[in-house]
Amino acid sequence: MDSKRRMIKKIVQQLGNRLIDAKEQANETVLHIDKKDLPEICQYLYQEQGARLFTMVGNDERQINTMFALYYVFVVDEIRHFMTIKIFVEENDPTFPSLAAHMPAFNWYEREVNDLLGLRAIGHPNRIPLIFHGDQMEAVYPLRKDYIETGMLHFENEALHFVEYTGADVTEIPVGPIHAGIIEPGHFRFGAVGDTVLHLDARLFYTHRGIEKELEGKTLEQAMFLIERICCVCNVSHAVAFAQAVETAANVTIPRRAAYIRTLYMELERLYNHVGDVGNICAGYGFAVGNSQGARMRELLLRLNEELTGHRYLRGVIALGGVRQDIRKDEIDRITNHLNELDTDFQDLADILLNHEIAVDRMETTGRLSLKQVTELEAVGVAARASGRDIDCRRDLPYAAYDQLNFAVIVQEEGDVLARIKVRILEVFNSILLIRQILQDLPEGDIVTDIPKIQPYKTSLGWTESARGENCHWLMVDQDNKIYRYRIRSAAYSNWPVVAVAVPGNIVPDFPLINKSFELCYSCCDR
Amino acid sequence: MNEEELGTDLKKRIKEVLSGSLHIRHVDTGSCNGCDFEMSTLSNPIYDISRFGVSFVPSPRQADMLMVTGGVTSNLEKALRITYEATPKPKMVLAIGACACGGGVFGETYANAGGIDPFVPVYVYVPGCPPRPQALIQGILLALDQYEEVLKRGE
Repeated sequence: MDSKRRMIKKIVQQLGNRLIDAKEQANETVLHIDKKDLPEICQYLYQEQGARLFTMVGNDERQINTMFALYYVFVVDEIRHFMTIKIFVEENDPTFPSLAAHMPAFNWYEREVNDLLGLRAIGHPNRIPLIFHGDQMEAVYPLRKDYIETGMLHFENEALHFVEYTGADVTEIPVGPIHAGIIEPGHFRFGAVGDTVLHLDARLFYTHRGIEKELEGKTLEQAMFLIERICCVCNVSHAVAFAQAVETAANVTIPRRAAYIRTLYMELERLYNHVGDVGNICAGYGFAVGNSQGARMRELLLRLNEELTGHRYLRGVIALGGVRQDIRKDEIDRITNHLNELDTDFQDLADILLNHEIAVDRMETTGRLSLKQVTELEAVGVAARASGRDIDCRRDLPYAAYDQLNFAVIVQEEGDVLARIKVRILEVFNSILLIRQILQDLPEGDIVTDIPKIQPYKTSLGWTESARGENCHWLMVDQDNKIYRYRIRSAAYSNWPVVAVAVPGNIVPDFPLINKSFELCYSCCDR
Repeated sequence: MNEEELGTDLKKRIKEVLSGSLHIRHVDTGSCNGCDFEMSTLSNPIYDISRFGVSFVPSPRQADMLMVTGGVTSNLEKALRITYEATPKPKMVLAIGACACGGGVFGETYANAGGIDPFVPVYVYVPGCPPRPQALIQGILLALDQYEEVLKRGE
């Protein structure tokens, strides 16, 4: 741990007298600075220390210390440590310096803080509201503690803030929010010349339900039900991220058996997602065999989930301090048999797909993203790894039982649809191997431990690698051990901005294919 | 009942009430994707609901039935109204899942209405989080009974 101490010390020294206060907690150093020093210090961390943006949280702390607070959480993978920059923003000057112009990954975070808390990023290149689509009659900031609930806000007049195309040859193609298939809502607007996409605007947050506000004032046990419903197909990874944030805050280590079973459920979640997603990508170019086979194998995995846990999508299996459901001996055999069948079944599908000339032709060079693009926009998960960004928090920031298990992180360089499908295919086999290890090494013992009361207003982090990438949860509890503020930064939130970058230069009919190759959840992103 | 028995019933009833084909349009008004996933599951080779006469159509103008998932968010209220208006009469609406039925765990928030029935008249509420594929088929069957009555009355 020497290199870790040295690096933290170096960063603290660099801050010099600009540092107002430094606090160490768990695997995080919180550095409190003045807001005027923010751009310089973030740039230093980001560009010189190789830190990457993990999340950014705005919090109304006026009841605690008369001010709003912003937390910029960076992670330094090299030393497995979080460096959090904290600034205060005064009520009578609700502004802070924007970082988005130089570091585009901050774009959404800063706009979200403006929409929900009324804190304005000075110098932000894009002032369009992110979360709310309607023209609001008067400003409302739901995440402020003095916001008075008056039911749902109604937006009758939707302002259309899109890039305007003036050239006579540019055709504007609006798509959504209700799509032709059975999928979630989002609005896309293409500027196309002939059938080549020149520019893509995406408007999301249609499924914004106000979950973060709804969580405030809930007990931790109640909160679990809401967190499992952020997104159905990532629910285990969200639930585990939440449980880990609580366990870190309470300074609790869960029993080893519980850690293994959590890992099992998370890999079962990845498995049905990846298998189904590989099939869905085939639907993007009308390859019915792949689509049907993927859907069939996914259904069989969902049925396995139901047999094991009573829920096809594994909801309700994670408890604070462990898991709710144990695994019996006969269930271990059941899973093993299923995986043996899936292994050969899925290999057949992968062989067909990757050796089919037309299939490969449609995927190769389509929707290409460079390493520079995914790094600048802080993409995570499959989208990042397919473009050569070697990150996977199962390995880089191990949690649950991942540090006890052997697995490779799959990285491809090309950054096209084919690379993304290859990453998924290889990760399916990876998950199968991981589950076999878990079942073989499953330790005996308890599956849950008690969670003591958490110190009020202490912050903590929880994270998981879902099928789509890194999910990060940020928690602060109040004096009654209820949630004071909760921030959910999902993999989809980090990855949606790169979809808009991947599409231009491709033909319009390839958009569904490119979109499916990311297979991002709208509900995870919108919350 | 399993999906095969339900499917046999479904095929029979679609034949009796709608001369053999039922066109369904899906509307997501802010779901967590769970109900959407279970709806798309109906088209996989194991259920293959098209063999019973059901097809999921891309436009509400082609639909006999709307299956609505999610509790209606601020940003989708208008989309739900427009979709409902665009659907030809007589039209069936199914509230799919706990959120569409009554708000689910979220209830009413600043951005979520907590259920679809203040916005559109509902034929059948299909509870579940998400409802299993068999429950979706059961919901369609119940809606067809009501629809038959509506047709008889000539509304």
